[in-house]
Amino acid sequence: MQKIHKILIGIAFSPNLKPNLFEAIRIANMFNAELIGVHVGEKTAQKEADLNQVISEADRLHVPLKTIWQQGKPVAVILKTAAVENVDLLILGALQKENLLKYYVGSIARKITRKVGCSILLLIKPSIERQACKHIVVNGLKDKNTAETIRTSVLFCTHLLCKKMTIVEEISQSELQVQVDDDKSLRRATIAKERLKNREDQRINTILKGIPCDHITIKTQSIFGRRGYSIGHYAKVKRADLLIMNAPRKLGLLDRIFPHDIEYILSELPTDVLIVK
Amino acid sequence: MQKKNPFKTFLGEIPQNLFSGFVVSLIALPLGLGLALASGAPPISGIIAAIVGGIVVSLLGGSKVTITGPGNGLVVVILSAITILGEGNAYQGYLFTLAAIVISGILLIILGFLRMGALGDFFPSSAIQGMLAAIGIGIFAKQIHVMFGNLNAKGSIIELLIQIPEGIIHFVSTSEKSAFYAGLIGIISLLIMVFYSKIRNRYFQLIPAPMWIVVLSVGLYYYFELFTTAAYPIDTSLLIDLPNDVFGSFAFPDFGKIYELEFIGAVISITLIASIESLLSIKAVDKLDPLKRRSNINKDIRALGLATVISGFLGGLNVVTVIARSSVNVNNKGSNRSANFFHALFLVAFILLFATELRKIPLAALAAILVFTGYKLAAPENIKKVFKIGSEQLLIFIATLLVTISTSLILGILVGIIITFVIHVIINKNGVLFFKNILKPNVLMFTEEGKYYVSVKNFSSFLNYTKLKSKLDQIPETKEAIVDFSLCDFVDHSVMENMNNYSETFERKGGHFEVIGLDDAKPGSAHPFALRKILPKQMSPKEGVLTKRQKYIQKISEEMQYSYDAFSDLKIEELPSFGYFKTRKLDKISNVLTKNDCTIFDVQFSEGEMIAKQVIKATMFHIQTQNKLPKFTLDKEGVFEYLLHFAGYKDIEINAHPDFNKRFYLSGKNEEKIRAFFTDELILFLESNKQYHIEATNTGLLILSKERLASVNEIKALAYFGAGLQKIIEKC
Repeated sequence: MQKIHKILIGIAFSPNLKPNLFEAIRIANMFNAELIGVHVGEKTAQKEADLNQVISEADRLHVPLKTIWQQGKPVAVILKTAAVENVDLLILGALQKENLLKYYVGSIARKITRKVGCSILLLIKPSIERQACKHIVVNGLKDKNTAETIRTSVLFCTHLLCKKMTIVEEISQSELQVQVDDDKSLRRATIAKERLKNREDQRINTILKGIPCDHITIKTQSIFGRRGYSIGHYAKVKRADLLIMNAPRKLGLLDRIFPHDIEYILSELPTDVLIVK
Repeated sequence: MQKKNPFKTFLGEIPQNLFSGFVVSLIALPLGLGLALASGAPPISGIIAAIVGGIVVSLLGGSKVTITGPGNGLVVVILSAITILGEGNAYQGYLFTLAAIVISGILLIILGFLRMGALGDFFPSSAIQGMLAAIGIGIFAKQIHVMFGNLNAKGSIIELLIQIPEGIIHFVSTSEKSAFYAGLIGIISLLIMVFYSKIRNRYFQLIPAPMWIVVLSVGLYYYFELFTTAAYPIDTSLLIDLPNDVFGSFAFPDFGKIYELEFIGAVISITLIASIESLLSIKAVDKLDPLKRRSNINKDIRALGLATVISGFLGGLNVVTVIARSSVNVNNKGSNRSANFFHALFLVAFILLFATELRKIPLAALAAILVFTGYKLAAPENIKKVFKIGSEQLLIFIATLLVTISTSLILGILVGIIITFVIHVIINKNGVLFFKNILKPNVLMFTEEGKYYVSVKNFSSFLNYTKLKSKLDQIPETKEAIVDFSLCDFVDHSVMENMNNYSETFERKGGHFEVIGLDDAKPGSAHPFALRKILPKQMSPKEGVLTKRQKYIQKISEEMQYSYDAFSDLKIEELPSFGYFKTRKLDKISNVLTKNDCTIFDVQFSEGEMIAKQVIKATMFHIQTQNKLPKFTLDKEGVFEYLLHFAGYKDIEINAHPDFNKRFYLSGKNEEKIRAFFTDELILFLESNKQYHIEATNTGLLILSKERLASVNEIKALAYFGAGLQKIIEKC
């Protein structure tokens, strides 16, 4: 099971600094982890004062904050710090207001996601006051990393005091192998769907067997649709507070042109997203 | 239910299908001849198409009660192909066109295998309407001259239309006996077509109108032949020309022009129209089928393609599914594909047995049948219908129509698509919405408690309709489906029309199909198919056009004796004091149903701020209570979603009701009062009903089930539950 000892957060002096930092501090405390803040840019007295001001208003950190000031390109610095400090979780907060934000978070996140070695938490709705995390949606893809992701999700659920988790099994339409044309094929397709759904549920249940999770209500939901896309849309419809995904295997040029899996989520960010590595 | 042996059923139904096939063949014979003539092809080519179509599609097709043969939509396309490709030589043009028909058949087969046979789904429906009307005008313009006995009218569609008054004057004042008599037969035939449906005589109705025309004109010939000394006044050039050896000499296609642009254009037009006409007909016939079967459209398209290839090689026209003949088939109790097969056999018999008689039919009589079909395609009622849906639809319709008749069909439909898209962009003042999202998947479907829930994002128009359709087609029509457009900014007319079709199909087959999330969208007009654009938040239309859901609600409100106000500006003072709304900002309330102290309403509220802001719409039930209540929340055990507002309070156990304690999570401040409040009767009521989330303040109760708008059935259930609860609480 994953343990989270060190959390890294990028600090940008934007209007969102306060909510971002508050959120990160809360999460660090929930995991009893060390929080490291990295700012890409010059260290000035003004910035330092601002930062201290915000921290003084926040909850007390269980482990004191470590700040790193470094100049360079944001993505490169963050990646390097994450590697050097050997962090377990990288938090990327909302950086800027306006509607462009989602895209902006998405584009930096995409760059980082491709290269970073640790899990990433993308916050699109950080808040100063605690908003309880009520519903977590997790992917249940048939993938060798899924078991690990589900284990991490249970860990998060436990630490974030979330009581409800839905594991979404995305089943690609082609797996159905029945095309609906008329009444007969529709009947066959409906039966085939039921069978696939049971198979997927069984697979998830086998994974869950080894994880202590009695304190959480876990539901499974199978969806026939485009991978990566359906789960994002589902999280939005169900207004989940956190969406947890496997890290992508590899992302090439083609993936960016023809988005699939995680790219859909990064381009739309339906809610806060955790990518587990 | 006992399962019947399908073969036995088939045998048992043969007589009725035989009869139905016979009646259909009576229509198919004159129509086949007429459509071929109107297309500028030899008359026999239409009959060949009907025979080949009937045999091939009945054996390999995927629909049940459709009839196949030459279609009226193709008349204009084939006529222009013959004229253009023939460059003055009509017969050579016909041979080239046969090659185009063969290739279009191959294309249809390929499209069928790629499961893209339903080309019509890719086009805006008003543009298709405009195109069909243009085809109607094309047929009308050409055939009305033939009907008046004038074979020599030439020119574009517009020129032909302008020549009509001239043609009438010429007909009245002509000294040419032959043309005058032909015209007279034409006019009488047209009158038969027009008044046929108005004559309520059982014996007269036994024979379909087109066959009456054939019978009467052949009868007239024999009258002259047998009873008078005068010669038949109509010249042979104005009579149908059938080859002497009908099935001995087939024309063979000439593939000499396949690389030329005009040829490719012809192939595309033929394929497009063949697919659209067939699809529209199949869909319409499925609605008529008394056994409510669903046709396999792609299989049917493949069979039609194959039939077209064979027909083309034998010198016949394209084979498409035709609506008029199919509906006659259904009306005469045709129950399976054998009716189509028998109709083909009867045609063979007619041609072999009555070739001599058929040669006596004046062209004008057949032209009258076509004038009537052309008029029906372009009838002013159709234009009125489109206009009712919205003035922008009329613009699309007229533009497509005008471009189609003045240039070509492909250009016409292209213009229709472009105009529709531009109008959508203008209405939304936003092109990015479309460009950014057009390729993205936008439909999510999952099952929830046995219901199918479909959510559509971004926008839904003809551009991405197939994505929605492919999901909806997977829902058994006997189930309950909810389509939620609340994440959509824009829904266009084509989609609305299709949703209506789905709703009808589901209703017919015993299921339920409901569209939600459009109630506060601004409609383009009062018509149920009008496009809808979601309004900015917190703006509700003061007065507007009710959506289908709202109309249903109105209906059930009468049944349940609630008063209903769709655009109410009611404020429920108490609402914000409920724990549920502590962290949520109320925007507006609509669709309010009230009775006594109960209110059912749709509420829109938001969570979070800025980009994280989520707008949520849900249906809730509120009761203003007479007695003072203890504050509490009650929920399904295990659903902790709503409960955090009461964090710190434990689950209150009620003595002697272990089952209740297991299933419900009850919390609140004043445990004692709450325990006293939950009487045995109340607990029994709660246990025996669906579990809702219930919250109480001192003076009111709030009941909700899901954080989304409820379907009408769900509203009914909610109202029933609320009323029961109110009754019990009043007693407490």
